[in-house]
Amino acid sequence: MRGDLVLRVIAKLLIPFILVFGLYVQFHGDYGPGGGFQAGVIVAAAIIFHALIYGLPLTRRAVPEWVVELMVAAGILLYAGVGVATMLLGGNFLDYSVLAHEPVHGQHLGILLVELGVGITVTGVMLIIFYMFAGRSRSPHSES
Amino acid sequence: MISSNLPALQVVVPLIAAPVCVLLRRGTLTWLLAWLASWSAAAISIVLLIRVLDQGTISYALGGWLAPWGIEYRVDAVNAFVLVLVSLVGAVIVPYARTSIGAEIRSEQHYLFWTAYLLCLAGLLGVTITGDAFNVFVFLEVSSLATYILIAFGNDRRALVASYQYLIMGTIGATFIVIGVGLLYLMTGTLNLADIAQRISEMPVDRPLLAALAFLTVGISLKLALFPLHLWLPNAYAYAPSVSTAFLAATATKVAVYLLLRFTFTVFGKSHVFDDLPYGEILLALSIAAMFVASLVAIFQEDVKRMFAYSSVAQIGYITLGIGLANTSGLTGSIVHLFNHAVAKGAIFLLLGCVALRIGQPALSQMAGLAKRMPLTAAGLVVAGLSLIGVPGTVGFVSKWYLVMGALEKGWWWLAALVLLSSLLAVVYVWRVVEICYFREPSKDLATANEAPLSMLIPAWVFVIACVYFGLDATVTSETAATAAKTLLESLR
Repeated sequence: MRGDLVLRVIAKLLIPFILVFGLYVQFHGDYGPGGGFQAGVIVAAAIIFHALIYGLPLTRRAVPEWVVELMVAAGILLYAGVGVATMLLGGNFLDYSVLAHEPVHGQHLGILLVELGVGITVTGVMLIIFYMFAGRSRSPHSES
Repeated sequence: MISSNLPALQVVVPLIAAPVCVLLRRGTLTWLLAWLASWSAAAISIVLLIRVLDQGTISYALGGWLAPWGIEYRVDAVNAFVLVLVSLVGAVIVPYARTSIGAEIRSEQHYLFWTAYLLCLAGLLGVTITGDAFNVFVFLEVSSLATYILIAFGNDRRALVASYQYLIMGTIGATFIVIGVGLLYLMTGTLNLADIAQRISEMPVDRPLLAALAFLTVGISLKLALFPLHLWLPNAYAYAPSVSTAFLAATATKVAVYLLLRFTFTVFGKSHVFDDLPYGEILLALSIAAMFVASLVAIFQEDVKRMFAYSSVAQIGYITLGIGLANTSGLTGSIVHLFNHAVAKGAIFLLLGCVALRIGQPALSQMAGLAKRMPLTAAGLVVAGLSLIGVPGTVGFVSKWYLVMGALEKGWWWLAALVLLSSLLAVVYVWRVVEICYFREPSKDLATANEAPLSMLIPAWVFVIACVYFGLDATVTSETAATAAKTLLESLR
């Protein structure tokens, strides 16, 4: 695909917009359709798109595997961390109402953080699956 | 604050420890973390059990949303007992595992093993503790997916195939369960198990209700490896790493049995669905078939791990037999056998792991003369084997006693005779192991072998001693099981 100028230029133009749309779906999930899962898939799709056009090695340099693995773990930790925080603040596990002075604000904050955790983990998992499959045919031994 | 949140922490502690393992990456650190998490889970479950026996059912509203709208964690005598069982087994295995996986799994994958282990533990505890039907499915998938990974870690190439086989069967099972849950939701508009139970008790028996029961029963039976849905089990147990086999044999099928108990008694117990349905009879027939067929197949196995895997299928038959009897003694026998079989099989697979550390996964002939080279390992195998047979003084006797009592209370002396007869089949395959270990000259594989390190022997022997201790003094286990059985029978009409 290296010689295909049109694809490369269009990809360069599109990827930032896909990422922004991902963020919109992520943070607008409280009010409209969307949420962490969908946003995670969209963000991962942008990066997979990058890999399809520019090749896996470049993408791996931009988003290294250790970052992806970190994302998988960090998202769950953020989710569970919110739960632990609510317990420390005297509520039940994931009882967002205690997160802020007003229960409604607390619920907003809680769902925002939890969905962010979902988004991060979903992006990570999508990418790690893609890296595993895409990397396998090239170098069966350097993987894992 | 901690004490009121214990039901959530029971699941959350291993669930949080799992991603932290991925961040830590270092084999030793993750092992220490797994140790910490599994021992805290065990402590929490013991506190919960004591509290339940003392004060009755505990209900915990996740996120502060009250049942039946929110997800409820509901701990009664039945699942408190299973929680203790699962988390204790998990706790005993962790110290053992370090040396064992050191020999069987590549060191750069150790942190992934511990992640999968903790996720599996969290999933199993979650299935057990939750009072919400959909939550059951979610945690079942968490534990199952982790289980497939734990099996695939085996260094035999067939481990991958076995894991894939289990993946297919397990996914069919999980799909059936979610279809059953979906039908129940359609009928009642609620996912809370207690609420479902209350609502379907007032409903006439119609087709969706029967279909829900059928889907749930078949799905759960796949997970618990009820004969003839056990085909995934022997390969999965045989080719998984020793630690995974011991952990899964002692916990995963037990949790599935708990689900069967929960759905047949607590959820469907008050409905009229069993009125014209030979449910108990079907379960009895399949259990008897499991006891005999699987024991017979076990006798002819060459691979020792496979032999005891088939023996597991047979032992699960005893557990479901008590469910089919559905009287106090029978059910007590079932529930106490959950524990008893877990310690016996846990002991056997951990001891086989000790053998595997020295000579690789053993065929029966390679274990010749084991008693001369690894006397403690061989002796442990004998004690645990005796408890599989059900010799007085071991845990197996206690459970079979209750099962026979349950059969006699119904006046089914033939069933009592069948239980005893099938135990004779267990004598045959256990004797094959004893004969080879004790009355042969050491095989050339064992020529230079010696006892496994203490870090492995001690956890294995904890199970062996539990086999004898709870066989001689069964008050704690059988009284708890009897309380659990009463709780379940109270929910019947």
